[in-house]
Amino acid sequence: MSHLALNVNGKDVTAQAADDETLLSVLRNRLELTGTKYGCGEGQCGACTVLINGRPARSCLTPASSVVGKKITTIEGLAASGRLSAVQHAFLEEEAFQCGYCTSGMIVAATGLLSTTPHPTEQEIVRQMDGNVCRCGTYPRILAAIQRAANGGGR
Amino acid sequence: MTRDLLELELAQHDVNDKLHWFEVDRRDFLKIFGGGMLVCLARPSLGQESGRRGHEQHELPKEVSAWIHIAPDGKVTVNTGKVEVGQNIRTSLAQQVAEELRTDFASIEMIMGDTDLVPWDMGTFGSRTTPTMGPELRTMAMAARDSLVELAAKQWSVPVNSLRAENGKVVNPATKQTISYGELTRGQQIAKVVDQDPPFTPATEWKVAGKPEPKADGREFVTGEHKYPSDINRPGMIFGKVLRPSAYKATLASVDTSAAEKISGVQVVRDGDFVGVASADPSAAEKAVATIKAKWNEPGGPSNANIFEYFKNNHEPDEEESGKPPVSLPPADVKLEQRYTVQYIAHAPLEPRAAVAEWNGDKLTVWTGTQRPFAVRDELAEAFHIPNSKVRVIQPDMGSGYGGKHTGDAAVEAARLAKSAGKPVKVVWTREEEFEWAYLRPAGLIEISSGVRRDGTLVHWSHINYNSGSSGIETPYRGEQILTQFRPTKTPLRQGSYRGLASTANNFARESHMDELAHELKMDPLEFRLKNLGDERLKTVYQAAAEKFGWNKVKSAPERGFGFGGGKEKGGHVATCAEVAIDPKTKRVKIVRVVQAWESGAIINPNGLRNQNMGALIMAIGGAMFEAIRFGDSKLENPHFAEYRLPRFSDAPKVEIVLIDRKDLAPAGAGETGIMGLAPAVANAIFAATGTRLRNLPMMPEKPVPGIEPPVFRT
Repeated sequence: MSHLALNVNGKDVTAQAADDETLLSVLRNRLELTGTKYGCGEGQCGACTVLINGRPARSCLTPASSVVGKKITTIEGLAASGRLSAVQHAFLEEEAFQCGYCTSGMIVAATGLLSTTPHPTEQEIVRQMDGNVCRCGTYPRILAAIQRAANGGGR
Repeated sequence: MTRDLLELELAQHDVNDKLHWFEVDRRDFLKIFGGGMLVCLARPSLGQESGRRGHEQHELPKEVSAWIHIAPDGKVTVNTGKVEVGQNIRTSLAQQVAEELRTDFASIEMIMGDTDLVPWDMGTFGSRTTPTMGPELRTMAMAARDSLVELAAKQWSVPVNSLRAENGKVVNPATKQTISYGELTRGQQIAKVVDQDPPFTPATEWKVAGKPEPKADGREFVTGEHKYPSDINRPGMIFGKVLRPSAYKATLASVDTSAAEKISGVQVVRDGDFVGVASADPSAAEKAVATIKAKWNEPGGPSNANIFEYFKNNHEPDEEESGKPPVSLPPADVKLEQRYTVQYIAHAPLEPRAAVAEWNGDKLTVWTGTQRPFAVRDELAEAFHIPNSKVRVIQPDMGSGYGGKHTGDAAVEAARLAKSAGKPVKVVWTREEEFEWAYLRPAGLIEISSGVRRDGTLVHWSHINYNSGSSGIETPYRGEQILTQFRPTKTPLRQGSYRGLASTANNFARESHMDELAHELKMDPLEFRLKNLGDERLKTVYQAAAEKFGWNKVKSAPERGFGFGGGKEKGGHVATCAEVAIDPKTKRVKIVRVVQAWESGAIINPNGLRNQNMGALIMAIGGAMFEAIRFGDSKLENPHFAEYRLPRFSDAPKVEIVLIDRKDLAPAGAGETGIMGLAPAVANAIFAATGTRLRNLPMMPEKPVPGIEPPVFRT
């Protein structure tokens, strides 16, 4: 066990964690940030997606000790003082979810995509988002939500 | 649905194999009942959906207090045992209550699936929420509304029929006097007997129902604030892991837990064949369970290679039949016999089974993801030999189920560990556990033989299903001699309910076979179907899909195929037209475009209905194209997403959903039947393009599945 100094959603926090513990486990079980979800534990479904220094990463495959000193952003960190981000707002507008369990990972992955590619083509969205599974099959609406956010319609 | 058919249908939802049996002390029976009451009402007449064996002692509560509560601030609380798993009934049921109560959607709060607070309910499955819970809650809301109007009439000393209810108030149009529901119920306890089912507000007059109301609590889903079962945290809570057998139905021969016991802060629990660990440190619990050395007696069993032969050799004696076995067949010009197969597939809800269990004295409270909170309550009561009044199951809106979360396995495990630990325990299954220890959609073998006349008249039809189920087995097409038969068989794997049950398999076989007959007759596949179809609702849906798709304008060619599939089940009428692109060199297939037409009576929420229909269609791509469990000797060989492919963004075609709103018909459930049109539409499109007929689902597994022909095409 060791104390990890992490920066999560703009705040410096410390967490006690096992040496090889995943970031996902630390977020969910030690820091009570349960918006980030477990889906498969092998980087196949994207439910656990967080941003590390602004880039999407699978927190289920990321050792927590490897992100000390980096900026971690989770779904809980996207809405600034209660105001939804453009992507969150677009997901709400398109109602791009059913059970909503994949939604955190989808929104975080889409946020990462739009930060590097503000106006992606449909093909780029499909390619970049293909690692995120929605078992409810809401893909067409999620695609529409990302396009809406990219076109400034997220607000 | 007749009682017998309902029983059979319900049996399909059962998962009878329990994972754990405990030896726990029997406790004394104690009754706890509580709960306030504002509006109460006895209601002797309304039909009950109960009736299944073992549940006959349960009756729906006769007091409206259990169903609807109106607070002094006008907030309306509605209690139901149905649960929200993504199908959006939290929204659609609230819309119906608001409609009949003449109040707005925002004032309604739904309490769902909390066994201490809500009336007993069989569970959320079988597309039964809309046709049964909808009318139930509408009746209660109307009774409450009538009581409120009576109260106001008494207060103002005017006749009841001079008043009306609107916008959460009772209004006297003559005097313009108004009083809110909240004010009326303040300090009151109201009783009313309804001796007949009141006439519902017709769909043509709906103001709240019938509208595309956004999903309730939508904001919580986009901010990550919503607490799913696996997100529940309790003071002092620790983490549990369970040792899994090496194979399905394996029994424990020997176990050595000494290494786990040496890990600091880890408690090991052994009860019969159940072995689990609990620790405040989630990593330690994982490590501890991995150190346990166990030997198992494995039962062996068939594999994919011989499963269909196994089904044929292990079916129960015939009993469930519609029609008599043919003595002689009526004369036909063209006869056809074919077999169709489907593999075991996994529900793979993105949130695996999870539970947090907490004992307070002899009272057990469990938060868990299940479609049947009351059944899980009973399962816990049975496991711990306590009365079910000592068990409370709370079902937070969960990361879906698709028919895959009927059991309380994780709940039982968490409760067993919590009992020994003396602290609340959380158990969250890994993906591998969810694949291996939940249950699967049954594999099945379907044999169809048929005969048609040259003019396209269907003469005889025989459809026999081994193991996969009876749902959707009845053909909507007419014929002189129709035989359908479901033959339950032994199964080597744990199997149970799945979205749409066997309707996907049965509809795939039937709609493929109809296509084959049309081809033999050189008739247009849609024209052939329509010629033999008596059901006007289904005809309308077929024609609506064909029109939107442009069926009459498309022509299949080797690189582009167009196919049709349709049918009805559980009050849902569906027609699916698919367009596929095929590369003749690489044999790569892409579903390019799908039009699906849907009708299930009056539409309660077109936005939610569209979402469900599209989702069912996309989920169907998995079972149609590539999902398959590979297994042998009672073990799964691919219990990971890396080896079990799910539909992804790149698999999704352009989808157009055509909704037909029959305001004159009672609404039916719509979460399931939308899944069953896609597979035959795609198979028929591939045939139309290539002349290759695919009769096994999945049609193009990533790895060949032993026992069926190797895939010709790939995605």
